[in-house]
Amino acid sequence: MIEALLANYEEAVAVILFVIGLSMLLFQRNLIRKIIGMNIMDTGCFLFLASMGYIAGRKAPIIADGAADASRYINPVPAGLVLTGIVVSVSVTAVMLSLSVRLYRRYHTLNLDEVYQMARDHQEDR
Amino acid sequence: MEFVRNFPLLTIILSLVSSVLCTLLSGRAAKRYTVILETLLILMAGAVLAYTIRSGTSFTYVMGEFPAPWGNEIRAGVLEALMAVMLLTVLLCGVQGGWRFLELDVEQSKHNLYFSLVNLFTAALMALIWTNDIFTGYVFLEIMTLASCGLIVAREIGRTTLAAVRYMILNLLGSGLFLLGVVMLYNLTGHLLMVPMAGAVSELVEEGAQMPLTFSLAMITIGLGIKSGMFPFYFWMPDTYGASTATSAVILSSLVSKAYIFLLFKILFRAIGAEVYVALPIRAILLLLGVLGMAAGSVSAIRSGSLNRMVAYSSAAQIGYIFMGLGLGTEAGFTAALFQILAHAVTKSLLFLTTPRLSLVSGDSMLFQRIQGSGRRAKDAGVFFTVAALSMVGIPVFAGFSAKLLFAVAAVETGRPWVILAVMAALGVSSVLNVLYFIRTVIRIYAKPQDAGPEEPYPVPKELRRQYRVSAAVLTGLNLFLGLFSWVTANLIRQGLSMFG
Repeated sequence: MIEALLANYEEAVAVILFVIGLSMLLFQRNLIRKIIGMNIMDTGCFLFLASMGYIAGRKAPIIADGAADASRYINPVPAGLVLTGIVVSVSVTAVMLSLSVRLYRRYHTLNLDEVYQMARDHQEDR
Repeated sequence: MEFVRNFPLLTIILSLVSSVLCTLLSGRAAKRYTVILETLLILMAGAVLAYTIRSGTSFTYVMGEFPAPWGNEIRAGVLEALMAVMLLTVLLCGVQGGWRFLELDVEQSKHNLYFSLVNLFTAALMALIWTNDIFTGYVFLEIMTLASCGLIVAREIGRTTLAAVRYMILNLLGSGLFLLGVVMLYNLTGHLLMVPMAGAVSELVEEGAQMPLTFSLAMITIGLGIKSGMFPFYFWMPDTYGASTATSAVILSSLVSKAYIFLLFKILFRAIGAEVYVALPIRAILLLLGVLGMAAGSVSAIRSGSLNRMVAYSSAAQIGYIFMGLGLGTEAGFTAALFQILAHAVTKSLLFLTTPRLSLVSGDSMLFQRIQGSGRRAKDAGVFFTVAALSMVGIPVFAGFSAKLLFAVAAVETGRPWVILAVMAALGVSSVLNVLYFIRTVIRIYAKPQDAGPEEPYPVPKELRRQYRVSAAVLTGLNLFLGLFSWVTANLIRQGLSMFG
């Protein structure tokens, strides 16, 4: 068990990061911390992907000296996925941060418990 | 290669380009443009539907001509085309019929941005329906989440911001789990395209490596379950659907959750393979959660104090039906689930177009005491609400009845007494509860109000009223079509399923 974890330490760290991020997203009451948690969660996924695509002793798949032999290069697909994932993560973060700005302007706090309390107090029913 | 084969990709690209284009137009022009675009998309999807029915097979569009294990693919069959046609029609009706409330709820200067979001959403919807690549699915899943968040906050009141924050947090949770599941599945199989993935998955099952497979699939299922409102993750629904403007509510309740469920269905059916999926424990859990959701959603709906919360909670029950169908694991069960996707999209969109109008003639309130007699004050809305409510309850002639019948038949066909008992009990309980709250509301909107209720507070241009009536009539027509000629749609779904895997 321990040996298996040590042999795959990158994946293990990735899963730990994912769980840290997930629990922050779930249990933190501050919106900014939740957003940070989300980013940590995504980072865990990206580490998992990146470590999956790396093969020790091989190079980045850029044909430099004319050698198109696939066995010399690492798998480029996971790197592509990580890049795509980062773009998605950045845009989601941007939207979340702009939402936080709007929430703060309205309720003057980022603590969600307080915001819910305030919303319950002035129950505006259409 | 026939030109029709380009249509699926074109629907995605056209919507994406239009999304950018709409930011440059004025609000009115953007709306007109969106309506024309959506009509065009419906025609294109209809052409694909006719083409696939005639040819009897699905076709794969290989992007950049990189063949199967590499590259990115779009695949279109009868089922995908049918979904696209129906959901786009609902979207068009939502945009047309909700226009009046958009004028009230969203600032005039931001209308073009709103339609930009609608087009972005359309692109994501199309991509999720057509794509054959699981990571493309993830990307457009996030695009859809972002677009729907924008659609919620378009109505700038405090409640929508709060609803959007809650919605986004849950959706990010769902996307995170989905992404991890996809990454693990890629790790296990080495493929992102669904068809080669299914081959690798069946090899894995033969080797007995079911545990990691089940784990990654569970991640995907929970992720998409959270996003689509599966029991017990449905508590975000009332705030999100209830507070946003009519068009957004239609899009969120009828289309967004359906797109997620369709993606899940595609992953289970095509990337995992129906045989493998049926043998996994996830199937039984989906059945259980579906049955529980049917009851719990209805109970929450009964306990809610206002019209829009009730309608929103009833979505949770209806989503439960769909998951129950997926959980049955037979062809009949899948057919019933897919039929329910369409039936619910058609019915719930009509409800969400109609409730704001009932509230508008009740002093802008959705509370049950206030809407009393609103069906007399707004006669057209009263009729359409009654139609949708009867369909939800499952009165014959309407779509809801056909869906329930398909579920019951599918359950009996499994031949397992416990499953039959559970499904029948759930259908019975859910129908009785539906009667309780929907028929009660229908009676209430036609009851004599205690005092003469307020008249329509805003002058309504005739054109907008006509747009609402036409959209609601189209949705009613679709509802009757699904109800009276359910065999047409069910046969199409069956034909689609046979070429889906």
